[in-house]
Amino acid sequence: MHRFANPTRFLKLANALLPWLAAAAVLLLGTGLWLGLLRSPSDYQQGETVRIMYVHVPAAWVALGGYSALALSSLAFLVWKHPLADLAARAASPVGAGFTAIALVTGALWGQPMWGTWWVWDARLTSVLVLFFLYLGHMALTNAFDDPERGGRAGAVLALVGVVNLPIIKFSVDWWNTLHQPASVLRMGGSTIDPAMLTPLFVMAGGYFAVFAIVLLLRIRALYAERRLRQLRLSLPDA
Amino acid sequence: MSEFFAMGGYAVYIWPSYAVAFGVMAGLVAWAWWSARHGEAEVERLRAAGLDPRRRAEGDAAPREHAG
Repeated sequence: MHRFANPTRFLKLANALLPWLAAAAVLLLGTGLWLGLLRSPSDYQQGETVRIMYVHVPAAWVALGGYSALALSSLAFLVWKHPLADLAARAASPVGAGFTAIALVTGALWGQPMWGTWWVWDARLTSVLVLFFLYLGHMALTNAFDDPERGGRAGAVLALVGVVNLPIIKFSVDWWNTLHQPASVLRMGGSTIDPAMLTPLFVMAGGYFAVFAIVLLLRIRALYAERRLRQLRLSLPDA
Repeated sequence: MSEFFAMGGYAVYIWPSYAVAFGVMAGLVAWAWWSARHGEAEVERLRAAGLDPRRRAEGDAAPREHAG
């Protein structure tokens, strides 16, 4: 693990991974679109709107996975104080916010025809909205200090406190009344979804996670360059 | 073909969902790509201008393997 904590070595690894991730993203998203739009059945209750599932559910998974990545990076930064963990956390929050926004908007577009409403203030939808604001809060807080070290620490504490929201999101559909359907893929006793719909769902999710990884690595590169520019400008005699 | 685009009458919900999902992902990739390229080009520019961030940057980012 420590071998990759060296920025130069990490960037080398990231650049070696990027073309493979890009190929995987194109392949998986392309296949996911083909399967989801053309090669999967419509639902006996939901009709064609079930196809929104293939863009909605993976976005929610990445939103949750992205927050786990943010929390782990934050923990690593607080414990080992390694600057790369700070960069990873800073890179993760805008990407997570983007995927959470996809989940919220596609959810509204699915809710209107199926529930008769774009939005309802129930536990599942509200806790995902809170997740969105946690991401935005992390972005704002990390950039609110002149000293990046202090900003990084404050953001890391916020990210770790926000972890309490993750089980709330996951179990909100079991603990409270909601319009949202209960867990149907990752549940005890196996999935209740037909394989003809599960395959496009998983393929699309693979593509989403590849996109998440690509944006994360590119943003770490960008933030590392920003750090170096900062050091460079501080070293200028007439700065 | 027009039946496909009609999506059983739910076209106004399904197509915007796909547009938002792929639009946001494309936007994220484009922004991340641009910011990485832009930042790295700026570092290169200042290095080429005779300032050597290598010494400082590498010194700060020295491998920590020996640290414990």
